[in-house]
Order: sequence, then structure tokens, then C-alpha cells
Amino acid sequence: MTQWKNFTKGFLRENPVFILLLGMCPTLGVTTSAINGLGMGLATTFVLVMANLVISLVKDIIPNKVRIPCFIVIIAAFVTIVDLVMAAYFQALHEQLGIFIPLIVVNCIVLARAEAFASKNTVLTSIIDGVGMGLGFSFALTILGGLREILGSGAIFGHKFIAGDGILIFVLAPGAFIALAYLIAIVNKINKSSI
Amino acid sequence: MEYFTIVTSAIFVNNIVLAQFLGICPFLGVSSKVETAIGMSAAVVFVMTLATIVTYLIQNYILIPLNIGFMQTVTYILVIASLVQMVEIILKKVSPALYQALGVFLPLITTNCAILGVAILVIQKNFNLLQSVVFAVANAVGFALALIIFSGIREHLDLVDVPEGMKGVPVALLTAGLLSLAFMGFAGLVK
Repeated sequence: MTQWKNFTKGFLRENPVFILLLGMCPTLGVTTSAINGLGMGLATTFVLVMANLVISLVKDIIPNKVRIPCFIVIIAAFVTIVDLVMAAYFQALHEQLGIFIPLIVVNCIVLARAEAFASKNTVLTSIIDGVGMGLGFSFALTILGGLREILGSGAIFGHKFIAGDGILIFVLAPGAFIALAYLIAIVNKINKSSI
Repeated sequence: MEYFTIVTSAIFVNNIVLAQFLGICPFLGVSSKVETAIGMSAAVVFVMTLATIVTYLIQNYILIPLNIGFMQTVTYILVIASLVQMVEIILKKVSPALYQALGVFLPLITTNCAILGVAILVIQKNFNLLQSVVFAVANAVGFALALIIFSGIREHLDLVDVPEGMKGVPVALLTAGLLSLAFMGFAGLVK
């Protein structure tokens, strides 16, 4: 597999949200607007890349039996860094995302990539995988957030372009499930026709 | 009265799965049969209550006195992971029957964000120990309620003629959306 393919697989073919169905909690929880989705996506991307980098470096030192706890501690360390940095520099976004920032640590994508990819591949390949998967996740979250923002409040990235109130339900909890259901159906359709 | 508010709010109004989006992975993953849903729910009730008590004590008697609050995430996840392991080992020895019933679900619980989520929420809401326990049990019951109802619906969904493109995950998510809509009806119950 070429590095380019390795990078692009996260967008559609192996998109963590639409295809692999990993990391559903932040996907549904924070995507009330496009900017929240993007912020969450980028925070997760940072953790993914750094965790993949460190894990692929130390994979030969860690005994096989205790690898999962070791991975979790490495991931938790980077999550703490993201949490503190965001609290310092992006306070408004940090408040919006709230509890979902510390919860990146139990986001299945990060651990899944660590276990399934970084622990078996070289450093460079693992970093590229982390960037690709992270951007694929950000892409999915931004699309879902944008869709909900447009339908729910007639705005995108905070710029209002449709007058009126919009369909409130899409900003509330049920809208997350319904919007994601249709997005997954559409992505499945696209993937089927491209094969 | 205060505890009554915590309980109704956690189970119905701010249901942990359908309104707060914590624990979606097991919610979608183990909900295809009612039986497994009940097993998972029981395991979550058990671990969530234990984990919240332990992390609450650690927060107030270790992290805060030592002024290392920033270690919260790292400590909590380690405590929860080892707690789950310990529960698994003890159950195996003490009650093989219970272990048989809950065994397969226990390892999955470590990465259930509802557990870590509730442990952190309790600290954020400044609850005391008793309130924390009540909050944890109520949230676990809320999780169980949502999961068992959802699995019941999904069992019936198998028999329904679903359009080709919506089969599998999309229709499950739509169902969850409608269930969440139904739970919104409780919104006026607690201020």
C-alpha cells in the first residue's frame, strides 16, 4: 500500500465515523455546529497522531501482555495536554466541548488505531495513518455539524444565511441520531457505486 | 426531595445515552438482543457505582490535597481499568454464576465512556459522596432503561422490511433518534 493510499483511506473508504462506526459519542455529542465538530476533530487528530507516533516508537519495549494499559496511559497523557492547552487558549470552544475533551481518552478510534496499526507499523507510516484517520474524523464531524447547523439554525460556521429559526430539533439530541443515520446511508451508497 | 430530583433528572430528563451521548458504543454494539442488553446493563450498574465511589475518594483525598488535579484523566482511566480487572477476578472466584452472566461484558466496560463520563461529571457538579452514589446509580439505571428499550425495538426491526440503503446501522440510528425524541417529552419534569 502506498503512503498516499494510506493517507486517503480515512476520508471515505475507511472513514472512522461513517464506515468503522468508531468514536460515536463525541460524533453525536458535540456536532451541534460545524465549528464544534471541527474543533473536536482537530483535538482528536492531535491525540491520534501523537499517540501513534509514541506507540510506534516504544512498541518493541512494551511487553505484549500489558500493552493495552500502556497504550491507555500514553493516550491519556496527550489528552491531558490537549485539555490544558485548549482551556488556556480556546476557552469558549473548550467550554462548548466540555466533558468530551477528557473523554477523547476512551474514544475507540484512538485505541483502535494504536492497537491495530501503530503497534505493527513503522513510525512514518503510523504518523501518516494518524493524520489521515484524524482528518477523516474531523471531516465527518464537520459535515455532520454543518448539516445540523444549516438545518437547525440556518447558519454555517456561525454565519446566518437563512432568515428565521430553522428546524430546532436538529440542534437538539434527536437530530444528531437522525442526521447521522441519513449521512451513513448516503456514504454507503457512494461507496457502493464507486467499487 | 433533592435526591428525587437527581434521580428523575438522570434517568429521564438528561438520560445519559439519549440526551448526553455517553456510552453510545455499547448502546449500538450490544443492543441486537434483549438478553445481552440486560447482561450489559447489570454490568454497567455494578461498575459505574463502584468506579464513581473510588474515583470520588481519590479526587478528594489524593488529587486535591496533593494539588495535582491535572492528573485527573490519567488517574481515572487507570483506576477504572484496574477496577474492572479486579471485579472480573473477584467475581470469577466468589460468584461463578454471576461471572458467567456478566463476564463477557466486563472487558468492554473499560472503554465505555459513560463510566469515565459520570466519574468526571460528579466532580464537575460538586456533589458530596452520597449524592455522587445516587447520581451514579440513577445514570446506570438510565443507561439500562435506554439500552433495554432499544434492544427490544431492534429485535422487532429484524422482521420489518427496511429499504435497501437504510438496512443495518442507519435504521438503528433513526430508531435511536425517535427514542431520544420520546425521552424529550420528559423535559418539563425537572427544572
